[in-house]
Amino acid sequence: MKVDQKDTRPAGLFQKILRSVKGLDLRITNVRVVSQAFFFLLFLFLVIVTDLRYLKGYPASLFLELDPLVGFATAVTTGSIYKGLILGLILLIPTLFLGRFFCNWICPYGTLHHLTGWLFGRKDLQARIENNRFRKLQQWKYIILIAMVAMAMFGSLQIGLLDPLALFHRSMSTVVLPGLNQIFPDTFYVQQYYHVGAWLIGGLLLFFVVMNVVIPRFFCRVLCPLGAFLGATSRFSLFRIERDPNKCIDCDACLTNCQGACDPHTQLRKSECFVCFECIEDCPVDALSFKFMPNRDHEIASPPIPGRRVAMASLVGAAGYAVARASGASDKNFSKKVIRPPGSMKEDQFLERCIKCDQCIRVCPTNVLQPTLMEAGLEGVWTPILNMKLGYCELNCTLCGHVCPTGAIQRITIEEKTGVGDFTEQGPVRLGTAFYDRGRCLPWAMETPCVVCEEVCPTSPKAIFSREVTITKRDGTPITLSRPYVEPSRCIGCGICEHECPLKDHAAIRVTAIGETRSSERSLLMDGGDPTNILDLVRKKR
Amino acid sequence: MSKQEFEPDPKGVSRREFIQQALLTGGVTLGSIGLAAALWDRRHIVPGFEAKEGIQLPGFRVDASLTLPDLAIAHGTERGQTIRAALGTLGGMGRFIQHGDVVLIKPNVAFDRPPALCATTHPEALRAVAQMAFEAGAKEVVVADNPINSPAGCFLKSGLEAVADDLNLKLLYPEQSAFTTIEMEGEILRHWPFFNRPFQRADKVIGLSPCKDHNLCSASMTMKNWYGLLGGRRNQFHQHIHSIISDFALMIQPTLVILDGMDVLMSNGPTGGRLSDVKSVNTVIAGTDMVAVDSCGYGQLLGRDVANLEYLHKAHARGLGNMDWKTSKWKEVGA
Repeated sequence: MKVDQKDTRPAGLFQKILRSVKGLDLRITNVRVVSQAFFFLLFLFLVIVTDLRYLKGYPASLFLELDPLVGFATAVTTGSIYKGLILGLILLIPTLFLGRFFCNWICPYGTLHHLTGWLFGRKDLQARIENNRFRKLQQWKYIILIAMVAMAMFGSLQIGLLDPLALFHRSMSTVVLPGLNQIFPDTFYVQQYYHVGAWLIGGLLLFFVVMNVVIPRFFCRVLCPLGAFLGATSRFSLFRIERDPNKCIDCDACLTNCQGACDPHTQLRKSECFVCFECIEDCPVDALSFKFMPNRDHEIASPPIPGRRVAMASLVGAAGYAVARASGASDKNFSKKVIRPPGSMKEDQFLERCIKCDQCIRVCPTNVLQPTLMEAGLEGVWTPILNMKLGYCELNCTLCGHVCPTGAIQRITIEEKTGVGDFTEQGPVRLGTAFYDRGRCLPWAMETPCVVCEEVCPTSPKAIFSREVTITKRDGTPITLSRPYVEPSRCIGCGICEHECPLKDHAAIRVTAIGETRSSERSLLMDGGDPTNILDLVRKKR
Repeated sequence: MSKQEFEPDPKGVSRREFIQQALLTGGVTLGSIGLAAALWDRRHIVPGFEAKEGIQLPGFRVDASLTLPDLAIAHGTERGQTIRAALGTLGGMGRFIQHGDVVLIKPNVAFDRPPALCATTHPEALRAVAQMAFEAGAKEVVVADNPINSPAGCFLKSGLEAVADDLNLKLLYPEQSAFTTIEMEGEILRHWPFFNRPFQRADKVIGLSPCKDHNLCSASMTMKNWYGLLGGRRNQFHQHIHSIISDFALMIQPTLVILDGMDVLMSNGPTGGRLSDVKSVNTVIAGTDMVAVDSCGYGQLLGRDVANLEYLHKAHARGLGNMDWKTSKWKEVGA
């Protein structure tokens, strides 16, 4: 259908250069497919190398840092732009000139949906044209975005629930790679990784992918808050697809492959257009072109959402914040299970920053980091906590903070974490404190030697010590047992004792969040366990 | 709506169609019965009490020498030279390794720690032993361990991965598929998941361990090093730690063990964590009998009384080694 038209079409300089290369079909849509493939493979590459064995210096969270919605929303919650998030400008500024090109040229999650729609979507031409008309449903993504931004203004960052890059990273880390490793053992992990609640994350991924058969690019058109953000931004764009009404024969062929459902056959909805160029390729009479500042009457510049809905969405967001905080899960009613990774901000600031991308979960070398379900409250869904049944926090490791794009987990050094060298006085970062359950502990309750906990305790001196006692066993024979204790001033809450405890179902030593250094409200020992911290006023020295 | 008029087909099926359909239905019927009968399981089992079986390791010892010592103590200031001096005293690596051998070196990489803290086998010790193996004609050197901390972190931060990359050693991670059940008549060990992949190719096995204090069994030396070949619920081992460690002497007969006492972890073992836990003793002990080597190391390196180390007594009593190392052929040298 398109072959004959290619050479008769008026071509720009760029296209002339491309066409001069013989034997290559360098239509703009093919160039776009190459771009999509490149960024998709780059994304997969970065996901796979986010592993202690391969990480070296790769920018593991590059896509998240380029995501302008992450930069914008964290700026709303914290009033600042954290480190690499400044890179969001690299995507935001071109959008101001070209429109939402990110969605169909770069976004790896968009490429996933484009690909599945192309593979499994409808083949019948007329059905495809009807499927690609603009739907009012598409205003939902703006409602979602506005509600999330309203929540962000109160300090609750929720964009990560649906931000495509956070969502895709989260799905890869918690479901896709562990799932592939289940089917093909020893591919992505030395030992199989498990993730609490992976079924929910995986189920949502499958749902979004399968929905492409019902509505092509369902997620991108209807739900994506980043798409909504870029759609609102592209209101200012200087270039857009323009239809020449004098040439147009109203055949609607331009809708056959339209990705954004932006109505190129009539007034273009600028906020919905993914700049995929399919319509230009599909037009049989060359009525469509990508133009600099075309006629304003031929476009609908603003997103398709009435002002009353904007107000409603804002109110829903504000109410959502109030409802989410009502349980007190991030405050007085905090769960003992919410043990955050080392370097995490205190809980309210953590919730201002965490986008639930779960990069920390991906990079963690022990599988201890797990996405929450309701442990950290509604706002904390899919944020990382430590689960000592599955792993423990490695003493000489701060990888989670180094891949965190938003500073929810700060980039602390090993020295700062362990409290050595220049940081001896402030002491180590504590995640919680370990407590014995003497009714379950073998030397305490069962006349049996053990103290694996003491063996693996990584601090020096060990936080776990034991006292020898000789008791008479039930059968009358004497036995000398080492019975373990925790010295709370030494305990950093890493949880390796709980992880290695032979009582696998419910360990006889368990770490809870109390004593964590990130929050003074959750501290345990007033003197930090060090009596020399008490100023001796009589002798005027410490 | 009125009911649709139904008109029966006057002809029905043809004979050919009848035979085809009958054969198809009959075939699927018989097939279902046959398949079900073939898969029918009528065994009686009590889960957890099924008969267990496992592999046994071949011996890796070389023939005993009538003249050369079986235990060498070398003193020196440089790690590589001191290890070479100890091996030289035993008759050189050539006594143990033939041309074309695949050599497995089992370091102790249990923890995610830098070398200076002495909780793991020192990378320079691995370098020296691997180089000597290649000089003696080894075709390939395999390095394997199943650490307590995460394997990737342990190999990376202990510095062993860098040496393995440098010398082109084959580093094996304890992947799920690398384990199989081992079987023995131990005091307590009978059947246990065993890191067998490295043994599928190894002709010779060298244990290369640091010398460390241990919170429960007092010392972690060459015998305790084999702990890192086991998988499964190792955290139960502490309940019978001395029996388990003596069982290791039954489980494996290595070609050679080397106890690196250049720096010794004297306290807070087996993890250590501070430089003040480490003491320079500048000694390497090597030998063919791990019970003798550990007995020697416990006294000479850790400075403790062998009379108190129960697992040595157990192994000695069962004839798995000689804890009275001074009665064997031994020699002490300076590097």
